[in-house]
Amino acid sequence: MGRYIAKRLGMMLVLLIGMTFIVFGSLHLASGDPAQMVAGASATEEDIAAVRTSLGLDQPFWVQYGRYLKRLVTVDLGMSYTTRQPISQEIAIRLPFTINLACAAIILAIVIGIPLGVLTAIKRDTFVDNLLTTTSLVGISIPNFWLGTMLMLVFSVRLGWFPSGGMTEFFWTPLGLRQVILPALALSTASIASFMRIGRSAMLEVLQSDYIRTARAKGLGKASVIFIHALKNAMIPLLTQFGTSFGALLGGAIVTEQVFVINGVGTYLVNAINTRNYPVVQSTVLVIAALFILVNLAVDLTYCVVDPRIKYE
Amino acid sequence: MTSQATSIKHPGAVSAAFQKLLKNKLATVCFFVLIVLIILVAAAPLVTPYLPEDTDVTSRLAPGFWGKWSKNPADVMKVKADHPLGTDHLGRDMLSRLLYGGRTSLLVGLVSTGMGLFWGVIFGMLAGFYKRLDNIIMRFMDLLFTFPGILLAMLIVAMLGASTFNSTLAISIWSIPSFARMVRSRVLQIREEDYVMAVRSLGASDWRILFHHVFHNTLPIIIVVATMRMGSSLISISTLSYLGMGVPAPAPEWGGLIATGKNYLWQRPSLIVIPGLAVVITVICFNILGDKLRDILDPSLKD
Repeated sequence: MGRYIAKRLGMMLVLLIGMTFIVFGSLHLASGDPAQMVAGASATEEDIAAVRTSLGLDQPFWVQYGRYLKRLVTVDLGMSYTTRQPISQEIAIRLPFTINLACAAIILAIVIGIPLGVLTAIKRDTFVDNLLTTTSLVGISIPNFWLGTMLMLVFSVRLGWFPSGGMTEFFWTPLGLRQVILPALALSTASIASFMRIGRSAMLEVLQSDYIRTARAKGLGKASVIFIHALKNAMIPLLTQFGTSFGALLGGAIVTEQVFVINGVGTYLVNAINTRNYPVVQSTVLVIAALFILVNLAVDLTYCVVDPRIKYE
Repeated sequence: MTSQATSIKHPGAVSAAFQKLLKNKLATVCFFVLIVLIILVAAAPLVTPYLPEDTDVTSRLAPGFWGKWSKNPADVMKVKADHPLGTDHLGRDMLSRLLYGGRTSLLVGLVSTGMGLFWGVIFGMLAGFYKRLDNIIMRFMDLLFTFPGILLAMLIVAMLGASTFNSTLAISIWSIPSFARMVRSRVLQIREEDYVMAVRSLGASDWRILFHHVFHNTLPIIIVVATMRMGSSLISISTLSYLGMGVPAPAPEWGGLIATGKNYLWQRPSLIVIPGLAVVITVICFNILGDKLRDILDPSLKD
């Protein structure tokens, strides 16, 4: 198991480095002169040349990339073109809100999705199963920015039950809960649907296995067979889904934040893209993707603990 | 379980599957909704007299036909028969913007799915068939998968600049890994089938085996994934346009219409309800079709 963990960590490192290369390389190719951006609109040719030399932008690509990696190791993400503040600080302020939103959404997805998945598995091929399975397709078919706007229209603008935007507190405080509920609901529909589908198929597989038949045969009640014996093993595929969904939710949060005017990394990224603030784009994409990799690593390591049957080749 | 799927060998099987599909009521409804939608969008100039950019300053934020039953007398006054879905803040006809916008959305969805499919199938087939290429191709796909959600598409738009073509390109690149993974896992199964060995012993070249025999047998799964991907491509383009990274204004696109309409949420909610419903209905139809096609073409995938 120690070797498996070491291998997994090594793979993560390779992925992270590959990711930095893609992010750095793609923005290196982007149009627009970064030296010009830093120097400002009124800068002369000499100013721009001086900035270019001082930032090392006149160096070959590999040298620049090497320096970039070196700075990353010390968590130096560079300066924002527009605010002239260190990007790492600006991200540190915003990231908690994005994670807050993603966590609230994944809790919703688990709490709604898994019970529905279990229900459809038990009621396999009945009307309830067909109805819910088809309805889950609606979940993946609604653009979350539109659903967010509609929820805002109904519950904030018309009924006034929830604030129409902004996020100042985390979801476990009463105000934070009111602030997060609409964006989290808008964000989680696709994940609810995937938890439901994976939960359904995992349950179906487990329910057909021998030990469930044994449990039934020894006279256990249906409820205890399903919730104690079966659900425990069905959790394993759901764990994978947790990693995948968390990534999808982080990606989706970028958009949902825009709708609900939440000052998270998503809003930061979208503004940066629209103002061609490349260092910010680079760092934000990197941070979100790295977070996704870390969550998946955590999921993989949890496997070792939860499911000793897994072979680590 | 897979024997049923692999028994589909000739193109006739696809049309047989299609006939089976039309026996399902829900799938038939979705299929016809999409056909009607495509006809409406293609025949937009015949349906509406206005161009999407035509402004009518005398009629701004007019309600659609439903305004006739409004309790607000000002709304009833503003209803115009030639703007059945109302107008936006510049007096542009919503029906025209919806239909012409649908042209863009559907076209971008189709082209990006097609391009993603092309490269995804090539990479997937090569990775599944040649063990030497498998690792390098799939590790690269894994790398693309580490950008969650729409992030990869956003990065590409950030690099190339916002335009209709660039967002199409971004969405298609983003679709490549999922196509490649699906096709690869199918090819890995097919490679071991007896008939592949049979054709090989007859002296068929790798090329012929791959692009003739193997390709035909991956077709069912390709059709299923492509149909569902059409749905997510549509969501992606409308999301990008909503964020100002897709189809540039003032050209209409469903997501862009929602972004503009959001400023008039209080006065005229129909400006966001209608284009949103258009996206949702279209995507649902593609997803239901994909789902039912999967049940028919590859039952092993269902549970």
